[in-house]
Amino acid sequence: MAKQVLKIIHGEILEEEIMLSLAQLCRRSSMSAESILEMMEYGVVEPYQASQDKWLFKGDSVSRLRCAQRLKRDLGVNTAGAALALDLLQEIDGMRRRLRRLEQQLK
Amino acid sequence: MEFKDYYEIVGVSRDASQDEIKRAYRKLARKYHPDVSKESDAEQRFKELGEAYEVLKDPEKRAAYDQLGKNWKAGQDFHPPPEWDQGFEFHGGGFTGADAENFSDFFESLFGRAGFRQGGGESFHQQFHARGQDTHAKILISLDDAYHGATRAISIKHTELDQHGRPQLKERTLNVQIPKGVRQGQHIRLGKQGAKGIGTGEAGDLYLEVEFQAHPFYQVEGKDVYLKCPLAPWEAMLGTTVKLPTPAGKIDLKIPANSANGKKLRLKGRGIPAREPGDLYAVLEIALPQANDEKSKQAYRDMEKALNFNPRAALGV
Repeated sequence: MAKQVLKIIHGEILEEEIMLSLAQLCRRSSMSAESILEMMEYGVVEPYQASQDKWLFKGDSVSRLRCAQRLKRDLGVNTAGAALALDLLQEIDGMRRRLRRLEQQLK
Repeated sequence: MEFKDYYEIVGVSRDASQDEIKRAYRKLARKYHPDVSKESDAEQRFKELGEAYEVLKDPEKRAAYDQLGKNWKAGQDFHPPPEWDQGFEFHGGGFTGADAENFSDFFESLFGRAGFRQGGGESFHQQFHARGQDTHAKILISLDDAYHGATRAISIKHTELDQHGRPQLKERTLNVQIPKGVRQGQHIRLGKQGAKGIGTGEAGDLYLEVEFQAHPFYQVEGKDVYLKCPLAPWEAMLGTTVKLPTPAGKIDLKIPANSANGKKLRLKGRGIPAREPGDLYAVLEIALPQANDEKSKQAYRDMEKALNFNPRAALGV
């Protein structure tokens, strides 16, 4: 059987290397600018660098927006509630990682 | 096809009121929501729950479902009785709208399936263009890969529609360049490697969530790396220089005199080489030599005599 030679695919780190304009964010999250602006009001996403006429969003804004949208749709929370849930989920995630590190260290 | 007990899924009895059903659904929806829950089968449970609620929340569908009888058990082989829904009036014609493509065959056989595929046909596909969906997968890499970058072959299972529009499970292998400095929980975006677009629409992106394999002596938190550094009592008290491994190679670490057990020595910038590199912490751990021969026992006795040491002084005894 011939061995297939695969092309190497280069990836970018979503959280660090990718910055998105509002238009790109709309496209990637399939959301309207209006609903993104509403999410911004509640801090679901925050522009990283707001110069006079350009906002830049961190790459992980897409997953935060999508997650907030799912929470709103599936659980009936409002935008403020979704923003709170997102922050708490992030905090829990951090604590889980710290707990796992400390547990490993005790072994 | 298997019978689904929608009452069991929502966790209510067959005579529950609409209000009870709503409350039970909301509670379980929070518990099994895939964005919130850590349970491995959360996604599946949440889908089932949505399907069950779609039927039970609607008095018309619920009555039709109840009519099937009480004797069915979940998982039992099921075929709907002919013309089972006669005498029921469903408002809204196509029976259901929301997310019906995710519902089970059982649901479909009873209540039909809305929209998308039924309205299809050749001309539909020729005119419709859309960007493919983004897809997600996890990738397990070693800490070394994060320090140095690496190329890893990963296989991804995905569903693709065949020429008849039926979903097929396929597996493909990708050769992925792991960027140096990536951390746990971050995502690597591979442009246009997600689901194929429809028509002339471009493919979606593939996101790989990064996890590290457990390492026998490094622990990682964020971009910081922790390493236990065992020391002999005299090394910790008198100070010394020890050789330590790091993921980037061996180093000499200076231990100051009078270092306490558990003290953390920070090696700035020796953690994961992210854009702002993390730190490496050597956590000191004093290891005591066993007193299992006469010579070592004597050494401990000498210490006892020479030092006036009460380790419980802080306890007041």
